[in-house]
Amino acid sequence: MTGIVALYIFMLAAFTGYEIIAKVPVILHTPLMSGSNFVHGIVLVGAMVALGGATTPLEKAIGFVGVLLAAGNAVGGYVVTERMLEMFKSSGAKKTGGGH
Amino acid sequence: MEAVVNAPGIFSARLLIDVSYFLTAVLFIMGLKRMSSPVTARSGILWAGAGMAVATLVTFWHPDIPDTSNLWLIIAAIFIGSLIAWWSGKKVAMTNMPQMIALYNGMGGGAAAAIAAVELYRAAFAHAAGHSPQHNSMFMSLAVIGGIIGAISFSGSLIAWAKLQGVLNKTVRFGGQKFVNGLLFLGSLAVGVIVVLHHGADPLHVSLIFGLALLFGVAMTLPIGGADMPVVISLYNALTGLAVAFEGFVMQNAAMIIAGTVVGSAGTLLTQLMAKAMNRSLANVLFSDFGSGGGASTTEVKGSMKPIEASDVGVMMAFASKVIVVPGYGMAVAQAQHKVWEMCQLLIDRGVTVKFAIHPVAGRMPGHMNVLLAEAGVPYDLIADLDEINAEFETADVALIIGANDVVNPVARTDKSSPIYGMPILNADKAKNVIVIKRGQGAGFSGIENALFFLDNTRMLYGDGQKAAAELVNAIKAVG
Repeated sequence: MTGIVALYIFMLAAFTGYEIIAKVPVILHTPLMSGSNFVHGIVLVGAMVALGGATTPLEKAIGFVGVLLAAGNAVGGYVVTERMLEMFKSSGAKKTGGGH
Repeated sequence: MEAVVNAPGIFSARLLIDVSYFLTAVLFIMGLKRMSSPVTARSGILWAGAGMAVATLVTFWHPDIPDTSNLWLIIAAIFIGSLIAWWSGKKVAMTNMPQMIALYNGMGGGAAAAIAAVELYRAAFAHAAGHSPQHNSMFMSLAVIGGIIGAISFSGSLIAWAKLQGVLNKTVRFGGQKFVNGLLFLGSLAVGVIVVLHHGADPLHVSLIFGLALLFGVAMTLPIGGADMPVVISLYNALTGLAVAFEGFVMQNAAMIIAGTVVGSAGTLLTQLMAKAMNRSLANVLFSDFGSGGGASTTEVKGSMKPIEASDVGVMMAFASKVIVVPGYGMAVAQAQHKVWEMCQLLIDRGVTVKFAIHPVAGRMPGHMNVLLAEAGVPYDLIADLDEINAEFETADVALIIGANDVVNPVARTDKSSPIYGMPILNADKAKNVIVIKRGQGAGFSGIENALFFLDNTRMLYGDGQKAAAELVNAIKAVG
């Protein structure tokens, strides 16, 4: 990947992120923030490669912490986002209880 | 990057990884897109989750992991990190969601900083041992910048978590604080420049970059008040995304670049939307003192607070044609949302039109109240945001305020001297009758007197939110 290609990717991805969020209703702000928090958990693959290539004990120790933190980011982000979104139902999907 | 040693056949590990990461990027973008509409939101996280699973799995065959001796370390670290996060994520109460997001976000920032640290220490030790530099200054700069941002996000998010969780109650401020903060940040950056120019310099310099950046994250977050913390968490979320993107350049990993950048820009926009909803600029949140308590307004509020009994409110709502409920964080703290929804169901069964009006900053962060209502079983199509609902208050017979205060204070429209002047509010005062459920007579979270409570069409129902809601349920049932 040359520098200029990387720069193009950076630019296009930045616009994509902006476009995705631009039309989001306020009701989804918290789940969406949580969802995007999950997405940057992709740092896990970088941390895995960093630890995989580590040679000295110091590199291994830092790499280990990195993978551990990244896995926490990804898994935790997924679990809480999923829990929040699971609760969003429309009144058509669920019958209201009670009644006389 | 060293040359790939794999055989250059069509089915090389490199190709498998490139294709998988490409797929992951597509799934992430589609997932986030789906998450931006309530109808498809649920499937969005599943799509993104699938992308993450694919990327993680194929990385075990990554050609830059030269031998298998570290594989067990990787597996052990993933196992421990996942287990802790899975357990804590399942257990956390919905009211504590904002600080949990902060915590997971900080972990991501820490991971990005760790990647940078591995690369920079390696370069530093090689330089100290007299080896010729392996990386150009572009590589080194990106690693340094990503590392600094990641470290700031890490320590800053931890402080944000501690503040919202109540572990850390103090708001630390001292004279010249901004100067000290600036010094920490510039110091970290300056050492970073030295490391880049000297191809890693020595390990001490590398340690200094991270040490100063971590300190800066702490120092920058400490003076910010709890009310502003959601905006700060959102900012750190965007910063982590950016740090991941920078480390993606370092690792030559397109999935990290794309995902990190998308989150970086989406998070920046989300931060701006949140700040706007609170009528603050981002600079104002980061560098001013409002969050700790507002200045006193000079205008005197005229009139008196007029109490009412639950039974009377029950009758009033039972025979209304339209009731708008305005919930605030106080309702969630009292765990009253289930009782409130039970009450609303009784009203709906009687043919009353019921709507929930949500202010953008109701709850601890924008959209948090929607999550809390959804937890109680309120369908999202009964929930309206500020722009949709404000015109409807004039046709409402009853506006029921429960646990909300500043977001319905009409002085935001009229009183230029008020700290909340100009903040968009819910026009609850336009309803024919306003009922406010409130524990006592004190002022709100920000310490600003609420003129709504003193209006002629306002009645106060004193009591704990959950108890008051239960009384209303009984009162409506008694109407028959």
